[in-house]
Amino acid sequence: MDTPLTRLGRTVPGHPLARHLGLALGAGAALYFLTSALSPYNDFEVGEIALYVVALSGLSLLTGVNGQISLGHGAFMAVGAYTVALLMNHTGANFVLELLAAVGTSAALGVVIGIPATRLKGPYLAGLTLLLALALPPIADKWSNTFGGDQGLTTTVPTAPGSLNPEEWLCWIQVLGALVTVVLLANLLQSRFGRSFRAVRDNEVAAALAGVHVARTKVLAFSISAGCAGLAGAFLGLSTGVVSTGEFPLTLSIQLLAAMVVGGTGTLVGMVWGAVLLVYLPQWSTSLSNQFGLGTGVNAYLATIIFGAFLIGAMLIAPSGIQGGLRWVWQRARGAMSAAGAATNVQHGVSQGST
Amino acid sequence: MSLFINITLNGVSDGMIFAALALSLVLIFRATRIVNFAQGAMGMMTTFIASTLLNRGLSYWWMFVSVLVIGFVFGALVERVLIRPLQGRSELNPVIVSIGLLVVLEGLAGAIYGNASRGFPAAYSQSGLTVGHTKIAFSHFDVFILVAVLVVMGALLVLFRLTSLGLRMRASAFAGEVSRLLGVRVGLLLTLGWALAGVTGALSGLLVAPTSSFSPYFMDLVLVYAFTAAVIGGLESPVGALIGGLITGLAISYVGGYLGSGLQPVGALVLLIVALMIRPEGIFSRPPSRVV
Amino acid sequence: MGHRRGRNGRPLPWARAALAVAAGAALSAVATSAPAGAASTPGVTAHSITIGATVPLTGPAAPGYDEIAPAMNAVFDWVNAHGGVYGRKILYKYLDDGYNPATTATLTRQLVLQDDIFADVGSLGTPTQAAVQGFLNAQKVPQLFIESGCNCWSNPKYPLSLGWQPPYTVDGKVLGTYIKANFAGKKVGYLYQDDEFGQDVVKGLDMELPASSVVSRQTYDAATLAGPLSNQVAALKAAGAQVVVLATIPAATALAMLPAAAIGYSPQYVIDSVGADPPTVGPLLASFTSKGGGSAAQATAAEGLLNGAITDSYFAPESETSNAWVQVEKKLLKDYAPAQYAKSGLDGNTQYGIALAYTFVQALQKAGKNLTRAGLISAIAKYGKSFVTPGFVPLSYSSSVHFGFEGEQVYKLTSTAPPAVTPTGSWIGSTPVSPVYVTSPGKGPVKKYTGKTSTPPASLKRTA
Repeated sequence: MDTPLTRLGRTVPGHPLARHLGLALGAGAALYFLTSALSPYNDFEVGEIALYVVALSGLSLLTGVNGQISLGHGAFMAVGAYTVALLMNHTGANFVLELLAAVGTSAALGVVIGIPATRLKGPYLAGLTLLLALALPPIADKWSNTFGGDQGLTTTVPTAPGSLNPEEWLCWIQVLGALVTVVLLANLLQSRFGRSFRAVRDNEVAAALAGVHVARTKVLAFSISAGCAGLAGAFLGLSTGVVSTGEFPLTLSIQLLAAMVVGGTGTLVGMVWGAVLLVYLPQWSTSLSNQFGLGTGVNAYLATIIFGAFLIGAMLIAPSGIQGGLRWVWQRARGAMSAAGAATNVQHGVSQGST
Repeated sequence: MSLFINITLNGVSDGMIFAALALSLVLIFRATRIVNFAQGAMGMMTTFIASTLLNRGLSYWWMFVSVLVIGFVFGALVERVLIRPLQGRSELNPVIVSIGLLVVLEGLAGAIYGNASRGFPAAYSQSGLTVGHTKIAFSHFDVFILVAVLVVMGALLVLFRLTSLGLRMRASAFAGEVSRLLGVRVGLLLTLGWALAGVTGALSGLLVAPTSSFSPYFMDLVLVYAFTAAVIGGLESPVGALIGGLITGLAISYVGGYLGSGLQPVGALVLLIVALMIRPEGIFSRPPSRVV
Repeated sequence: MGHRRGRNGRPLPWARAALAVAAGAALSAVATSAPAGAASTPGVTAHSITIGATVPLTGPAAPGYDEIAPAMNAVFDWVNAHGGVYGRKILYKYLDDGYNPATTATLTRQLVLQDDIFADVGSLGTPTQAAVQGFLNAQKVPQLFIESGCNCWSNPKYPLSLGWQPPYTVDGKVLGTYIKANFAGKKVGYLYQDDEFGQDVVKGLDMELPASSVVSRQTYDAATLAGPLSNQVAALKAAGAQVVVLATIPAATALAMLPAAAIGYSPQYVIDSVGADPPTVGPLLASFTSKGGGSAAQATAAEGLLNGAITDSYFAPESETSNAWVQVEKKLLKDYAPAQYAKSGLDGNTQYGIALAYTFVQALQKAGKNLTRAGLISAIAKYGKSFVTPGFVPLSYSSSVHFGFEGEQVYKLTSTAPPAVTPTGSWIGSTPVSPVYVTSPGKGPVKKYTGKTSTPPASLKRTA
């Protein structure tokens, strides 16, 4: 499908990875200037959006591209967060290594869950992952000496260079993480792995007949998406300053699912819309209920109701989410433009090939 | 030794509660091939309505009957408005919609009824029955739950195996197009399936509320354990729901009693994984034939 | 085909991703309100003081705790109606964090960086407030009167963080002292929440009770609390515990007492104040009556189960209607927070909120017209002990102590005492059964308090 960016991309020749990197660098630079201009609190919010983009991209790959639903990604985020926190508190390991360790441990758990998951269809897998989301956090409560119990384990962001304020610095770290994740996933999806993921989603038997190792593909998808969630969890631990079990309730996993669906299941860009929704919905619903003068009781629960309503609404009205809606608008607009163009050309007596 | 007996009896009473909700899950799955993750929340909502009715002075048994009727209507409404439009699309969509419904219902209950502490009365005395000289951890109310679960299970068995209505419901779920061609009113039967599940869901809410902290979230963990129970027993089988419920209830009671209550969900998770690895279709279902 | 772009014309998703993130950030910049207020002290203008807090208004932790902030607002509204503090009205902005520390971190940053609050006052929860303690202290924002009994708030590393309610270990030591004196020789069992709340209460109990008398220690996990704590109760009975100490939230208190009653096990209950407030716990015990029957039957059932239970309190409970503080609190709540009064009446939670808010008002008064954050902290350290509060003992604040109350009295819930009457019903009353004790949360002894208890000042009595 042709969009201005596609055409822009076509003008940049070469290997997809080089193109992806080049454009990511450009985007990174744009964000650098933007975050310098924003207030510290807004930087904090942009950082939060970025970390949710990481988690949601992985989930989008798993559910949209590979067809496996997960209601338990909050648990993988918890694993990543606790990994980073434990390493920070007990070792003096390099920060980047700690983040990679977070990805590693959660990806490993992803394999552990992914293996039984290969035998499960939609609702069964949903139930299994739901139970995972509930079961994992209390383990940290049980062994509170290791995991910090109620007060949790503190995390420390490496010192910001120069006089940069800490919110901006953390925001850059998280945005960089998001860009790296999205570039890697985008490349993956355009590779043969992406094709295998889709093939398994569409028809397992046909994929197997075509030579795709179905179980391995599914486990790989699970593991990659779990690793993304682990990185996001590590970032969440850094944003919060502390890692404790109360940060990973069942609601988190459900909100991730909702954000993915509303953003556009299967897309990567759509995850930005989903992340924006996650970060801003509480504020928006508070101002909404203030406008309508609803009591504090209703006020507090309005965000929850809206979330659920979005989830239902998206499924009933717009299953491809915001990103799908944008694409539809773009296609209509393009259709109108090319129709106008063709009409003009016909008027001028020039016939065009297919547009 | 008596500690072990008490833990076992607690496991049985927990298990009956899971079986009650599992039966709703089985009913909906059998009748519509969908797992309704909002089943617990629907039962929660009807129980809040029940609480309002009791506060207005309605007697317990009139409330009981009214709430079952409300559950029937509620189930039918949900199917018609939320689930029917999704027919024919990806099988993940109803799962996501039911989760959305779960979230909306919890938010609505919180907004309407607030956070105040509240209890809910039981149908019968919760005092333990006296066996010999001791009171055991099984009360009149627990007996009522057991009887209710057996009655519902029996009714479902009769419905699905012995009545033509049940046959038509199963046909509508499995092969909607073909059934339509054969004159079966598929739409109506799908709605009926959800309506009946609404009744059993409302019932399970009334059975669970007296022994839990009655809040918008009180059915959440029950749903998860009921799902485990239903899967272990086979999502197709009412008897499986009962046996699965017992197994799940006993398992988490032993885990809680001997290892610590925080580890109960982990116990259920391990149980579920083991069950799914050994027999994914459940104890009481026939293995599905491979479809190529 | 090679490695050129795939023929399906897929756009370059991450480039769009980056632009979209940028767009999102730009949107947020536009959507955000105008930047910082006062140039001198944040949150303080000639006419107002803005303070903030994060509390659970939704979620499983909300029942009961969501009453505290509206009760605090009643005090602030009263103060504002009478001219404010040095002409400044108190604006209290409290947000819902659902007891999730990640949400707390976000909202606290919003309050500090965007809303420019002067201080964070009356935020609730141990994990939630521990998450923002570093941030608040680094930003030099006072974290005042944290609603949690953790021993961790008096930490020299975080000088701007102050507790208020008695630390849980103080509860444990006082209750342990009472058990030692009145139930000597009996077997004791604990049933406690397996987190810092329960563990700290147990720490205090263990300081007073001989280890040999504790025959069973049972725990439960708050996050997975779904049904009756039947197994724990069965274990306590099997161990022969004659005295059972409950360090439980109200829901868990009920979920412990109900199965105990079902198996005919009625030990002497000793319930930590967190989970013992009769108007809060009473309705939860109502299910022990069969088939409902309205609030009268509920109250009777609750009375039956709670009658004779021992608990602790650091101010006069709502049932002591002749107590001057209770009268003042009730009037204040009724007049300035009528909606909250209609919902809950005066119960343990609203009493807590009123007392905490009144402490803050006095701190503001002592900090003087030239209000600064540092000035507020030193005013509390210097004058805190002389503040007038409903507490039985004075506050302990000093330059080195950041705990508030460190003293309590033991009460017995009994149907012979006048009941606590709220809009939800009539609940069992209580009567003091011990002298007032003071002790620190550390290893020191439990001593009797020999000082005076303050009475409400005339200005408060004139709240009409």
